[in-house]
Amino acid sequence: MATTMEPPTESESLPKSNSQMKVSPTKQLLLGVVFGVAFGFLLQKGGVAKFHVLIGQLLLIDFTVVKVMLSAVVVGSIGIHIMQRAGMVELHIKPTRYASNMIGGLLFGVGFALAAYCPGTGAAALGQGNFDAIAMIVGMVCGSYVFAELSGRIARHIDPIGARGKLTLQELLRMNATSVTLASAAVLVAVLTAIEILTTR
Amino acid sequence: MLNVLGPRFVFANVDPLQYSGSAWSPYIVGGLIGVLSMLTFYFSDKPLGASTAYARVAGMIGLQISSKHTRSLKYFKDNPPKVGWELMLVLAVIAGAFLAAWTGGELTGQFLPAMWQDRFGTDSHVLRALVAFTGGVLMAFGARMAGGCTSGHGISGTLQLAVGSWISAMCFFIGGIITAMLMYAT
Repeated sequence: MATTMEPPTESESLPKSNSQMKVSPTKQLLLGVVFGVAFGFLLQKGGVAKFHVLIGQLLLIDFTVVKVMLSAVVVGSIGIHIMQRAGMVELHIKPTRYASNMIGGLLFGVGFALAAYCPGTGAAALGQGNFDAIAMIVGMVCGSYVFAELSGRIARHIDPIGARGKLTLQELLRMNATSVTLASAAVLVAVLTAIEILTTR
Repeated sequence: MLNVLGPRFVFANVDPLQYSGSAWSPYIVGGLIGVLSMLTFYFSDKPLGASTAYARVAGMIGLQISSKHTRSLKYFKDNPPKVGWELMLVLAVIAGAFLAAWTGGELTGQFLPAMWQDRFGTDSHVLRALVAFTGGVLMAFGARMAGGCTSGHGISGTLQLAVGSWISAMCFFIGGIITAMLMYAT
């Protein structure tokens, strides 16, 4: 697991993963189970499967959700950047589409507050014994089908508005990936520190 | 009950801080989720994400009801419904959360969350079901349109510094904060 860093000048070229594993479908399903159990365990222990913690975050009273998310991003962004530079993993960047990201994001946000669970924490809430999450899960399945019904039109008319491809922050800022990764981690740590000082929970 | 903890804001007679917080430090949990996403990238070549699983189920049900129509929809052409890594992940999240709640003595086993009940009453089951269902519909639609949810964009996308993921995640919170303020602020 030697992670020899290349000189930063070469950081713009994405090295092809040389350990791209061809995982068998069965093994992949089993890995899904293992990772899912760990993810669900952590979500519950982090308190983010609790109704009042989610609503408390959206009311800007309880910052547990933001603390969990930003800590994950700080650790994960540095870790995955190092692994990607070492050729151990490939990135999976989702395309930037300004209109769809914003409209979809705002609709999601409204649903997020109504349900008080998100797609991952809702499953965790059900595991914890919050049976109202079943109504959210049924809604998620229906909403997915409604989207599929409209997916052709959305792809033709809305997705192209402000479509920028797989845009990353380092491309937007025209800076090297390592600097941007470290700088954004530093900013997030500063935000977390401010939250810790200024808020109750 | 009113205004005991919040000196300036009164959110009806509910204060989220009067209920239990996280069992473990949120920073430890977040850090471990960061490590978990490194493992999913390395071993499964996939980012953590939850919303796709629901779309897979929707597609599989659609195939049972109207196979021809479901196959004609763009989203299901691009993303054929099948039992895969994403669905196993979400099903296992239920089990993992059960284990965590059980070992921590935090199993709830009720339909109405305590804070909801204090805000909307002990007989608000139908209202809660409708609100949670509507929330689910909007989240699924929004997540598919934006390209991910709180985990797919909010954690996995932002940690890869994807611009679209940061925009989406901010919009999740903008939409959520406005709606929650309307529902819970007096």
